[in-house]
Amino acid sequence: MRSVDVAVVGAGPAGLCAATEAARHGCEVALLDENAAAGGQLFKQIHKFFGSRAHGAGRRGIDIGAELLDEVADLGVHVCLEAPVWGLYEGKTLAVATSDRSWKLGFTAIVLATGATENGLAFPGWTLPGVMGAGCVQTMVNVHRVLPGERVLMVGSGNVGLIVAYQLLQAGAEVAAVVDVLPCVGGYPVHAAKVARAGVPILTGHTVKEVRGDGCVEEATVWALGGDGRGMPGSERAFAVDTVAIAVGLTPMTELAWLAGCAMLYVPELGGHVPLHDGRMATSVPGVFVAGDASGVEEASSAMEEGRLAGIWAAVAAGRAEEEAAAAAAEPHAAALEALRSGPYGARVQRGKEALTGGAAAAQAQILGGGGV
Amino acid sequence: MPSPSDRAPSSPERMPSPPGRAPSPDRAEDGPRARGCEERGFFTLEEVLGLPGCPGIDDLRGRRLAVVECGHAIPCDPCQWACPTGAITIGDDITALPVLDPARCDGCGTCQPVCPGLAIFLVDMRRDDGRAEVWLPHEFLPVPQKGETVLVRDRAGTVVGEGEVRRVRRGARLDRTTIVHVLVPEELAMVARAIEAPR
Repeated sequence: MRSVDVAVVGAGPAGLCAATEAARHGCEVALLDENAAAGGQLFKQIHKFFGSRAHGAGRRGIDIGAELLDEVADLGVHVCLEAPVWGLYEGKTLAVATSDRSWKLGFTAIVLATGATENGLAFPGWTLPGVMGAGCVQTMVNVHRVLPGERVLMVGSGNVGLIVAYQLLQAGAEVAAVVDVLPCVGGYPVHAAKVARAGVPILTGHTVKEVRGDGCVEEATVWALGGDGRGMPGSERAFAVDTVAIAVGLTPMTELAWLAGCAMLYVPELGGHVPLHDGRMATSVPGVFVAGDASGVEEASSAMEEGRLAGIWAAVAAGRAEEEAAAAAAEPHAAALEALRSGPYGARVQRGKEALTGGAAAAQAQILGGGGV
Repeated sequence: MPSPSDRAPSSPERMPSPPGRAPSPDRAEDGPRARGCEERGFFTLEEVLGLPGCPGIDDLRGRRLAVVECGHAIPCDPCQWACPTGAITIGDDITALPVLDPARCDGCGTCQPVCPGLAIFLVDMRRDDGRAEVWLPHEFLPVPQKGETVLVRDRAGTVVGEGEVRRVRRGARLDRTTIVHVLVPEELAMVARAIEAPR
């Protein structure tokens, strides 16, 4: 069986950064991803990132992604694409499937950077073709250059909903409206402002009542929510649309963390069950690290910083880096994470991450399986 | 020259008179859930004039200045580093709001393409033909041509009039954000925030 110092599962922003740091700290690294191309969501993110100038703010996700791929290549990371990891066994062994065979990979330390999946939303008509996740829309438009429809209703005004609505406009689609069940826009108001001044109504306090169509989406009806949280009869507005995009949050993909026997905690602020982890991104299982949305749904800038921390400390766990040097290397990334989570927009994630630490979290955490790889 | 606030704009957004500064949004008290902008997705003109990044109407008279329409405690700071004259200050806490010093802003527009939120506009009130020049970030097709007439939208997306494209800038420094210079009736200087080019 082939073995590496550090295996990184998921080649999105977190995984790419983890692989880079582990390799830079002397590790032989394998970076595995089930997709045909590395980069995760970065190559769909054609907008400029927020953050501090010192950490690449103002640059577009696609450009950051290209730079990370160059770094990974320069550092000699083994990149395995179209290689879903389907098992994680005791004795520190991964099971990987590629087109013609299944194989095992040994590791000393592992970084789980598996990202998140989109949440669905059920309403009458939600199974009609044309109702799809906003991430799916973004993949079709920005990666495959296919418009899923000509006129779209966006459900959800978090940053994903707002950004994808804007990118649909850029791609030439019409956006009939952005609706959100909450009384306020969920994402950054500057993203909302870009969509609003392009002429798209933003209907807060509204949700989808139903979607109708003969074999595909033809019309979507939204209505305002009353004080009891229910739709108010008489407030309905119908939009002739052929696509309904759902942007109502993400859930961390944690199957491998469960398999590894990591202590898990349900943290609503982080999107669901996540492995307990510390500031080094170390889980409760020695040698198993987590980074990015798999450790709690956040965004690409913080995923990259978490990935760097996980990569650095995985190199220590793999015996390739000294504790002291790692601490010095990790410090700026920990500081950058703190800055990204400061202020009211970071408060939710900050609260979620704090819920993961301390004895109370450990006592509540669920541990399934054998309790360690 | 009549001041922008002397004329009744033809827009749903009214120029407030007299132009005063509302208290700036207080992060500690209001947080991101402050009402108004968050509920509808855009600032009113009155709200914009209360932002620390927005020059007052009097500051704008006869000058070209940056208008930084950033009013939420987003962790972001490239504008303060882009400004060559030190006119934009955020400080070490990157969630603090950008503060514009109109006395130091020379209207160069260097800050405009670095704003990830496309929230910086340049407003030039130096003309004497009753028109103002507004620099708008534009990331849509078609890209308008110099001399073309375009529809002008306000922050709510309502078409409020027409503008004449005076200049179109693209280039490596702008990182694929086109900056369109549009001449609009003076009373729309602080109202016009987007264009729609003829297809």
